[in-house]
Amino acid sequence: MYGVQNESEVDILTEKQLLKGSVALAQGAIDAGCRYYFGYPITPQNDIPEYLSAALPAAGGIFIQAESELASINMVLGAAAAGKMAMTSSSGPGISLMQEGLSYLAGSELPALVVNITRSGPGLGGIAPTQGDYLQSTRGGGHGDYHLIVLAPNSVQEMYDLAGEAFRLAFKYRNPAMILGDAILGQMKEPVILREACTPPADPEWTLSGAHQRSPRLVKSLYLKDGEMTVHNWKLDQKYQHLKAQETMVESDCPPDCSLVLIAFGSCSRIVRTAVDRSRQKGLPIGLIRPITLYPFPEETIREATIAAGRALVIEMNTGQMVDDVRLACDGCSKIFFKGYPGGQVPTPEEIETEIAEIIGKGELRN
Amino acid sequence: MSNLAEKKVFSAPSCLLENSFHFCPGCHHGLVHRLAGEAIDSFGLADRAVGVIGVGCGVFLYDYLNIDCCEAPHGRAPAVATGLKRANPDSFVFTYQGDGDLAAIGTSEIIHAANRQENITVIFVNNSVYGMTGGQMAPTTLVGQKTTTSPQGRNPAGDGYPIKMAELLASLDGTAYSVRVSCHSSKHIKSARKAMERAFQTQVEKRGLAIIEILSACPTNWRMTPQQSLVRMENEMIKAFPLGIYKDY
Repeated sequence: MYGVQNESEVDILTEKQLLKGSVALAQGAIDAGCRYYFGYPITPQNDIPEYLSAALPAAGGIFIQAESELASINMVLGAAAAGKMAMTSSSGPGISLMQEGLSYLAGSELPALVVNITRSGPGLGGIAPTQGDYLQSTRGGGHGDYHLIVLAPNSVQEMYDLAGEAFRLAFKYRNPAMILGDAILGQMKEPVILREACTPPADPEWTLSGAHQRSPRLVKSLYLKDGEMTVHNWKLDQKYQHLKAQETMVESDCPPDCSLVLIAFGSCSRIVRTAVDRSRQKGLPIGLIRPITLYPFPEETIREATIAAGRALVIEMNTGQMVDDVRLACDGCSKIFFKGYPGGQVPTPEEIETEIAEIIGKGELRN
Repeated sequence: MSNLAEKKVFSAPSCLLENSFHFCPGCHHGLVHRLAGEAIDSFGLADRAVGVIGVGCGVFLYDYLNIDCCEAPHGRAPAVATGLKRANPDSFVFTYQGDGDLAAIGTSEIIHAANRQENITVIFVNNSVYGMTGGQMAPTTLVGQKTTTSPQGRNPAGDGYPIKMAELLASLDGTAYSVRVSCHSSKHIKSARKAMERAFQTQVEKRGLAIIEILSACPTNWRMTPQQSLVRMENEMIKAFPLGIYKDY
């Protein structure tokens, strides 16, 4: 851990440290072996570059404050082409500017970590917690036929852990990975258990470093010859199919007699957790599913649980984005309710409890 | 002749592949590729060179030079090169960019890479039009020059003036070497060869960013024969873009 820690924030017995989400994520990336960060300031994610501007050079790494998000993501592309674990972070408008580079990273099959601590939008929007970038993140976001690997932490511990997991997946599949957080996850402090730090791995076999005693290598995404692009598109798709089969992560907690499944991700899922627990105390058999990977989306888990319960309630801090994926997963077999809190509005557990009670109270019958 | 030893006086650079260039007749990209290849050979860089290739007619450089290469999005080559060089300082990293790439969409990236003293070499081919997309007006198009998007000729009122990148970059403290050369005559090619070597030496000596701007012809989009193009370069282009060394560390 870089820098002086306030002793009162370190629990000597459990070795837990009280960390801010953004700092935990940044340290998680370093502990996973990342030594390269390129970024441009934007609220509410500035704790990440501020922390790394000191911690990375101390770890023998490189920190560059770029002239724009366009430059940041392309510096990441260059460092990735050099075989290194490289990352950037941004928010809203900055992530929009990075979409061209993200498309190139996916097309060129290069790994990288991009962190989005969201702003509400569209436009300059606001800086309060929001989940309005779900569709941008999970649909690729830039031009062409590709996806990002998208991870959605819901605690400071997961901000730390998923940074490493994102790099593992990005390198395994040679595809950029995104961590989708928000101002709650970025700013709040929670106790975190740090793992043993990894040293940066050896350069992979596709690294561009000069053709010394080997044939030249090429990192490219331009395919003009007849049929080449189609072959490449299907190759990328095969990776996404593998991801779906192998790497989907989801937390599912549904009782056997579950009559309503709540579905939420990220910070919102913490609030929903409280509402679900309280409803259960009142005797309501309520389930909770939390996708941890937003892409690949845990459609199997959601479909099975929702069909069994007959209905689901999707809660998001936006006007309705993940709910589309829930409907696709259930393919018309179940009743899907939605309650949205866009523009920086954060629901209270009581509000969600009311939603649950209304659906159950109205006697919305099981299919 | 048998008692005379043969002496080789001319050959292609060893890092230049034997593929036929796809370039149009009279285009200078092939020549610039060769000059880059000669500089790679002369500093023995083939086994640690990484070329970062911008979007444009030069994108297929990797078909002609036998070295590691990375495509960059339009204009972003200096940022990609920054990442590659910072991640692996032992590699020799150069960008290959056209005038639309470097002087329009990528102005920000080249200026800030120079300002940060990135230890990279920038090969900037200025032929005063967008070549690959079919001859549209470039930031370097001469005043009065007709292109497919300036059918009445470039009018500074509204279209602006040709941007002089070698001079502009020389004004930055971080730029180590900035030069403009041409390749429309053998005399000019000789100077260009010397400048290319110096631009490569700048990085080998870790002095900071080196840029070599090379005036070149695009007969196809100029609607001229190769011979007419050379005359235009001599009579018009080098007047608008004065040749010379603008900064040398």
